[in-house]
Amino acid sequence: GALHTILGGVNKHSTSIGKIWLTVLFIFRIMILVVAAEKVWGDEQDDFVCNTLQPGCRNVCYDHFFPISHIRLWALQLIFVSTPALLVAMHVAYRRHEKKRQFRKGDQKCEFKDMEEIRKQRFRIEGSLWWTYTSSIFFRLIFEAVFMYAFYFMYDGFRMPRLMKCNAWPCPNTVDCFVSRPTEKT
Amino acid sequence: MSWAFLRDLLSGVNKYSTGIGRIWVAVVFMFRLLVYVAAAENIWKHEHDEFECNIKQPGCENVCFDHFFPVSHIRLWALQLIMVSTPSLLVVFHVAYRENREKHHNQKLYKNPGKIDGGLLCTYLISLILKTGLEIVFLVLFYKLYNGFKIPRLVKCDIKPCPNTVDCYISKPTEKMIFLYFLVATSCLCIVLNIGELSYLIFKYSIKCYLKRHVKKQQ
Repeated sequence: GALHTILGGVNKHSTSIGKIWLTVLFIFRIMILVVAAEKVWGDEQDDFVCNTLQPGCRNVCYDHFFPISHIRLWALQLIFVSTPALLVAMHVAYRRHEKKRQFRKGDQKCEFKDMEEIRKQRFRIEGSLWWTYTSSIFFRLIFEAVFMYAFYFMYDGFRMPRLMKCNAWPCPNTVDCFVSRPTEKT
Repeated sequence: MSWAFLRDLLSGVNKYSTGIGRIWVAVVFMFRLLVYVAAAENIWKHEHDEFECNIKQPGCENVCFDHFFPVSHIRLWALQLIMVSTPSLLVVFHVAYRENREKHHNQKLYKNPGKIDGGLLCTYLISLILKTGLEIVFLVLFYKLYNGFKIPRLVKCDIKPCPNTVDCYISKPTEKMIFLYFLVATSCLCIVLNIGELSYLIFKYSIKCYLKRHVKKQQ
């Protein structure tokens, strides 16, 4: 809900490609995460079954293969990627605040008739706002790349295997552990 | 758990803050509240069910879990979020009090009830000090309760009714540790922001005071 309002605010001051990015982010990532992905990963530890009765072996194997769950990494990625857009929103708010201050002081340069116009004004992307917008896009790219790399590195590619062999202590010898819903997760 | 009240509180606080204060609100909201609700809560959801001990003795698991986790990390995290956001209420209350006074006396007592000067400045500074203090208290509490910020995979427990020493396994220790470090990092960031804001305000108003006195002397 709150992320939605923030992103909606950012939407006003973006370029058209920026608006497409926001739509993609919202519909294809956040909605999918909330509506579908959470259910797919919901029972991941309960249905992670190992072929052993040894207590504790399952916990340890699960922790060994999933240091951080995909769904949590995905949620963190979305939060970090949306944050640079906040920078733009803050810069716009700062500019608006400056204009309001000018208007209140009765500056000659200010060409607005009343406060409502200032509030509704759409700022053009120029000057320092251009730098903020560009650096926000840059940081977004960096965060996306970092998280994609983290996914790739931690899980050896983007596939979810059906069977993992585990021999961490206290598992006696090597045990077979089976991941729940591997195809759906892939 | 509905955190809408905290979100509304934070947006109300945003109005009467300085620039650094607004960054603090954004950090608390995006990196702490949102991460808590979207990610962290689910990790600790079934921590008691998934806590497994290598023994069939009834009661042993319960007692061991209680011994190693007197207060769960996630509850402490939630308490911290609530306590740290609350001092900002003081500022909101003070502004409301000012506006009420103006209405009561039916005349303009203050140039701008929301501007940070005089009594409101004191309230703002006190709220900053309280926020920083509470952050530090909770960090120390986390450290003392859990022997540092590490979560081991295996803990050995020998409290009655467990016969001898049993091995108990904590679920998802690595993931919990990652989020615990995340919590500590954002706490430290908030402490730094609060101290920055404190110094900025003190500096700004002491310069103002000094200039006023200087102007008066010249006259």
